[in-house]
Amino acid sequence: MTETAKSIIQIQNVSKRFGKVTAVDNVSLDINAGEFFVLLGPSGCGKTTLLRMIAGFELPTEGRILIDGQDMAGIPPNKRPVNMVFQSYAVFPHMSVTDNVAYGLKIAGVKGGEIKDRVAEALDLVKLGGFGERMPDQMSGGQRQRVALARSLVMRPKVLLLDEPLSALDAKLRAQMQFELSELQEKVGITFVTVTHDQDEALSMACRIGVINKGEVAQLATPSDLYEYPSNRFVADFVGSVNIFEGKLTLDEPDKAAVDCAGVGKIYLNHGVTGPHGADVWIALRPEKIYLHVPGEGKAVKAAAQDAPDGYNFARGKIKGMSYLGDITLFEIELESGARIRVSRPNLSRHDQEDFTWGDKVSMHWRADSPVVLLG
Amino acid sequence: MALFARAPVAPLEYSRTLWMRLWVGAVMVFLYAPLVVLMIFSFNDSKRNVVWRGFTTKYYEKALGNDQLVEALINSLTIAALATLASLVLGTLAAVLLWRFRFPWKGAIDGTISLPIIVPEICLGVAFLMFFAAVGWPTDLVWPFNLGAITIAHITFCFPFVTMVVRSRLASFNREQEEAAKDLGASEAQVFRDVLIPHIKPALVAGALLSFTLSLDDFVITYFTSGPDTITFPVKVYSMVRFSVTPEVNAASTLLIILTVILTFIALKAQGVKAIAETH
Repeated sequence: MTETAKSIIQIQNVSKRFGKVTAVDNVSLDINAGEFFVLLGPSGCGKTTLLRMIAGFELPTEGRILIDGQDMAGIPPNKRPVNMVFQSYAVFPHMSVTDNVAYGLKIAGVKGGEIKDRVAEALDLVKLGGFGERMPDQMSGGQRQRVALARSLVMRPKVLLLDEPLSALDAKLRAQMQFELSELQEKVGITFVTVTHDQDEALSMACRIGVINKGEVAQLATPSDLYEYPSNRFVADFVGSVNIFEGKLTLDEPDKAAVDCAGVGKIYLNHGVTGPHGADVWIALRPEKIYLHVPGEGKAVKAAAQDAPDGYNFARGKIKGMSYLGDITLFEIELESGARIRVSRPNLSRHDQEDFTWGDKVSMHWRADSPVVLLG
Repeated sequence: MALFARAPVAPLEYSRTLWMRLWVGAVMVFLYAPLVVLMIFSFNDSKRNVVWRGFTTKYYEKALGNDQLVEALINSLTIAALATLASLVLGTLAAVLLWRFRFPWKGAIDGTISLPIIVPEICLGVAFLMFFAAVGWPTDLVWPFNLGAITIAHITFCFPFVTMVVRSRLASFNREQEEAAKDLGASEAQVFRDVLIPHIKPALVAGALLSFTLSLDDFVITYFTSGPDTITFPVKVYSMVRFSVTPEVNAASTLLIILTVILTFIALKAQGVKAIAETH
């Protein structure tokens, strides 16, 4: 019972079908009160449909949705204790900013004096104090979004739903708004549920992320768990950049394991894998977890690594591609077997990128706890 | 000197090319010369309208003193006002229905709704004549109820125009605004009043202007549906012209032109010309 008391939204075995297309397939999710929850997934994965079902604009074909313990079946959107910020912001163009923000309160029959105070408070909250008399067409996209936010927050909903809130903003503004949204959420203490296809956005803002793929929950985890401990290939690949090798589990003991990957060779791990011997598994290895040796440095590193308790994995190859991105450089390295592996390297000094060039023979290593073994 | 020389005409600056100015001028003359002539000759001190015989305003006095003419004008304005109101309501509802809902026979209804625009007016006129006769529409009602038949006929060909402009405006409506209003607690009726109506307002003004002018100057259909007591302005002018084109007709027409220009001006001012232009 304590578990359910903490949940503000309970999605129980919810499916949504549009004709023959299944948009949401038997999803069960609990969203905790006061958290910043992000639904992450590629376009068309059903995440927006899920959000719209919470808001009441779509009805589940099966299953039920509870908000604050109350079954939402048969409750229309205008009677639900949630408010939504739309992707297009949907600010009413014929109303001033104040009238936009006051609209919901007027409908609810709140008294004039209180409306004025609450609108002013909401506008201050989104840093639009003094913009009350403006019309929406006199404002930038970012400002209109703040109006939409204020318009929802002023209603003091139990849950604020945001549909791709940052997708229409330019990169700089987006980064700033990510920060501001997190800050705002902490300040008002309302549960935020955001839908996005942008993994950076999800990782930077969320308390927890639900990754949705083809209408199903692929993984539910905190941002760092999602990145460091993906539970399947889809999540590993969708969140961040990754090398994925297919292989067979050849050694599996409580404190070590090995996976024989075609083209890469044996990859050693310093922990056991609970999988049947000889099973087909996949290894996910993040590019930044691979250390690329500066030519000539390899021998010394290898000697030092030999003493390391957990052991290291080594590989040799040839640089086939390089892209310099300023803070890091991405390398595409072809192993002797022809397999390719992506490696990223931080440019810690201003001359780092001069150490490598196309066709260089290089060696690299990664820690035995870096690869993630995926069973699906 | 180059400093003060005129900039050369840029490729798209048509308003600065001579041939284009001449062409625009010619079009203006073609369109408006007849109207200007009509207005000038309304001040002609002559029984006939062919030769200028000096300035007078007596035909304005005569026109305004002509009870039948004034009554016809009042009839016309009343019919136009009623037809416009009814067309706005019907046309808007039809537009929203066709835009918003899916229902059986939608395609057929969509097609037939603009039929009154396509069908030749003379056919509509005859059809109304026969229809009102067949149903035994009373002809001896008191004013303004005796205008019922004409008003109904006018609504028939006015409301499709309203439907057309409102529909084109609705096409640009962002449905998320409707959802946003509902999300904030608004009922269907409140969404309609607070979000949809403000969005289609320019189309409503444009539709009202269209309906009003169409109704005001309709001759053919009115001719078939009007009785001896329900003469409208165009029908009256027609009957006056059959005897002779006197400056009195000119004066009455000039007054009508000025009236419509003023009404249009007020409507455009009230809404903002830009917003109306946006609907097309």
